[in-house]
Amino acid sequence: MPVYYLEIIVVALGLVVLMVDAFVKLEDKRSLAWIGILGLAVVFALLFKVEWPASTEGAFWRFYSSGDSLALFFKGIAVLTTLIVLVMAIDYSPIILKQIANPEPGAHPQAGLGECFALPLFACAGLMWMASANNLVSIFVSLETVTIAFYIMVAYLRRNVGSLEAGVKYLILGALSTGFLVYGFAWLFGITGSMQLSEIATALANPELNPTVALFAFALILVGLAFKIGATPFHLWIPDVYQGAPTPITAFLSVGSKAAGFIITLRLLAPFLGSPALFEKVVLILTVLAVLTLLVGNLAALPQKNFKRLLAYSSIAHAGFLVMALACSPHETGGEITLSPDTVIAFYLGAYLLMTLLAFLVMTTLRTTIPGEERDSYRGLAKRSPFLAFALLISMASLAGVPLTAGFFGKFFVFALAVESQQWTLLVFGLIGAAAGFYYYLKIAVSMYLSDPPQDSDAAPISITPLTRITLLALIVLILLAGVHPGVILGLIG
Amino acid sequence: MSTIEIIVLLPLLAALAVGLGSPARLTALGASVGVLLLSLGTALRFSPDLEGAYQFTSSRTLLEIAGFPRLSLAFGLDGMSLVLLLLSAIVLVAAVLVAPKEKAIKGSPRFYYLSLLLIAGGAIGAFCSTDLFFFYAFHELALIPTFLMIGFFGNGENRVRTAWTITLFLGIGSLILLIGLLLAVFATGTTTFDIPSLIALAKTPGNAMSEGTQSWVFLLLLIGFGVLVSLFPFHSWAAPAYAEAPTPVAMLHAGVLKKFGLYGLIRLALPLAPAGAEKWLNLLLLLLIGNILYIGLVTIAQKKLDRMLGYSSVMHMGYIFLGIAAGNHIGLSGAVLLMFAHGISIALLFALCGWIREQFGTVDFNKLGGLAKSLPELGLLFGFGVFASLGLPGFANFAGEIAIFFGAFAGESEAMTWIRWATVGALWGVVISAVYLLRAYRHIFFGPLPKKLAVPADLTWSMRIPLLLLAATLLAVGFAPELLNQYIRPAINGLLLVSAG
Repeated sequence: MPVYYLEIIVVALGLVVLMVDAFVKLEDKRSLAWIGILGLAVVFALLFKVEWPASTEGAFWRFYSSGDSLALFFKGIAVLTTLIVLVMAIDYSPIILKQIANPEPGAHPQAGLGECFALPLFACAGLMWMASANNLVSIFVSLETVTIAFYIMVAYLRRNVGSLEAGVKYLILGALSTGFLVYGFAWLFGITGSMQLSEIATALANPELNPTVALFAFALILVGLAFKIGATPFHLWIPDVYQGAPTPITAFLSVGSKAAGFIITLRLLAPFLGSPALFEKVVLILTVLAVLTLLVGNLAALPQKNFKRLLAYSSIAHAGFLVMALACSPHETGGEITLSPDTVIAFYLGAYLLMTLLAFLVMTTLRTTIPGEERDSYRGLAKRSPFLAFALLISMASLAGVPLTAGFFGKFFVFALAVESQQWTLLVFGLIGAAAGFYYYLKIAVSMYLSDPPQDSDAAPISITPLTRITLLALIVLILLAGVHPGVILGLIG
Repeated sequence: MSTIEIIVLLPLLAALAVGLGSPARLTALGASVGVLLLSLGTALRFSPDLEGAYQFTSSRTLLEIAGFPRLSLAFGLDGMSLVLLLLSAIVLVAAVLVAPKEKAIKGSPRFYYLSLLLIAGGAIGAFCSTDLFFFYAFHELALIPTFLMIGFFGNGENRVRTAWTITLFLGIGSLILLIGLLLAVFATGTTTFDIPSLIALAKTPGNAMSEGTQSWVFLLLLIGFGVLVSLFPFHSWAAPAYAEAPTPVAMLHAGVLKKFGLYGLIRLALPLAPAGAEKWLNLLLLLLIGNILYIGLVTIAQKKLDRMLGYSSVMHMGYIFLGIAAGNHIGLSGAVLLMFAHGISIALLFALCGWIREQFGTVDFNKLGGLAKSLPELGLLFGFGVFASLGLPGFANFAGEIAIFFGAFAGESEAMTWIRWATVGALWGVVISAVYLLRAYRHIFFGPLPKKLAVPADLTWSMRIPLLLLAATLLAVGFAPELLNQYIRPAINGLLLVSAG
């Protein structure tokens, strides 16, 4: 089966969910999520069966990178993230319903819930396309497909001021960054005369290239990309949008959107890094970006009291480590570097998916029983629900980079890359970041395990649906397994 | 499955079983006795003639991708790791026996025993690993439950704060260590994490690290390992942590886990970066004198038994560093022997300190006194611990310390080198130890019995067994150091042979 069928299947799946929502009388609209979950599970299985065309000459294939296991890996990340986001959305739907309450008499009690299971599917199709986009046009169109779906999802809770504020912020800053990106694309096209990344790479490697013009295009594109991946100083939207958006959407943003952002970053930066005239300046700019992101993400996370906001800064911090890996890109002629930044970034994002989604899943499960998302509302959680507390402990340990968890290998590979490419400055700031991470992640563990529960809370056990329980368990097992045997994830990258 | 794999997995599996609901104390006890018996069996089957070679090796490749060092779950023992394995096993059995019964634990007894097993399992795994990655990872595995135990079951008002301090100190120390290890791996060719191959690679002509790299590697390893071993001036986490940790955790950390750093210095830093070791020798001497003399004086000033023991454990690390700084056969074997002896003696003293705290509710010197008459057995065993700790002949510590002093002073010439001056300084440490240890003994066991003090019954058999185990080990090794030296000697020989190229 040709690989682009998968995107078509996912779009069709989204349409099916929408149509069923509109034309079938459902008692409980949450069963729509099940259609999505099962469909995505099938798509995930199909990922291992797809094939590439013999030649890329065909009209459609021009927009598609081919024979590329990295693209498949990122498609897998997109599908898996969406699947788990739908699982979260089921648990979270009471909160969504409360915040979109429909005043019309006679309406379905769950009116308006159906779309929130369909929209992630459309975004997923966009994310999958992003993973194998290799043409400025397809990169831009797929990116916008995703972003527009996110504009709606972030502002989904229409009776909630926080969600609306997040939506407006995301819309304005997103549009601005897209503007930068397109302007950069225009310059790039002007310099190289091509939309195709492979041809752009050849043009940029030309020694007669005017480096100033190319760097200008690079700067514009980097601004747009830095916004998508949440790198400082273009990270300012992240804490507010993450805090305001519905929690499953926050999870989607922080994993799905970030991973897809990184794959197009890898693709777009490759021509610049491959150009001998530009290489050193590009690496310098990336180094500065990485240092800033590491410092801001990690240090600003230290005083956070709201768990969702903490995870927002944590997502900036992890973007810092990922940009750090990017800044360790090998010079084309600079001898053999063994570990490629592509592989490291892919692994890191795979690990990041597991641990971040685990944290968000615990959070959505708790949201219906524990009113707030403050850190203090998790105090004494270990007594109330040992399983959820353990899941969160594993997630935090992995995010902090404790050995024998997937997160450790992520950081380990990044540090190894930095040592190998002798980026000592980055290494120092990476160390500071990782050390700060120990503090703010484990603080959550301390408040779950070592503090007494708040006075007014009840001690009733927290119920977990079987689907959530299985998902939690699978994520925990995968984190620990990849922590001992990183081949579990690396094997998929190829 | 090799014996070593079983020894490493046993505590971890037992921890899992406890987590899933098997009777906590019984499972922990069974696993720890099993580990002890298996380790003793390994020691009997160990052939000392194979100089420096690993025995009982096993290896399972986990990750082999182009361009990244091969990663495998590999275990093996040489004489040095065998001695540390025996230490871990003995202290583990004692710590589990000393741990309170399930009903006496405030909080979850399952979590308590699970953590103890994880700490010991991590330490044993680290000592037995011949793969650099797992060497590091197992140690970290042991640290996490240590932090949680101090925060959870520790004594004293500040326990959460103390748990934090130790988390940050040891977390950052481990990160520095990680960078040093990675630097060494990449400087030697990025092909393997296997420790013997790495060391062999570092010696291959044309592949050796430049002096500048060696200097960085050694400095990073010295600081990284140094933080973990409470090398002056990175020691400030240690005394409060030991004072506030639950007794079995203090025994396991001060006795066993802390030795990881020293083991790492001997196992990795010296052979990988000999030029770096030479370059930073004077710095190390200065710091270890700080450990012995400065911390020694700080120890004298302590007014509580638990803090005093905590600081004394920091101070005694100085001697082991001196043996490492000496870098010759006698100094290094003394260091390994003292690692064992100190581990056993400090575990004995912390166990007794915990018992006193539990029975009297205080470990303040001013509130205790005159216990020798009413509690003769406690007095006797405490005396054993004190005399061992200050290095009285007949105890294992003496054998280690004397070898270290000889090793550090050794040499043909008569000039007073820096290390000889440092040795002279370190010798004063013996006097300082005598001052604080004997003062503690006098304060607690002699003089008038404070009127308000209610004196409990003497040690029961459940306490006596672990304490006697520790005391007997100290005496046995003290009278016949050859028991362990037969293993240490060939290991150090092999190490020096490799170092010499």
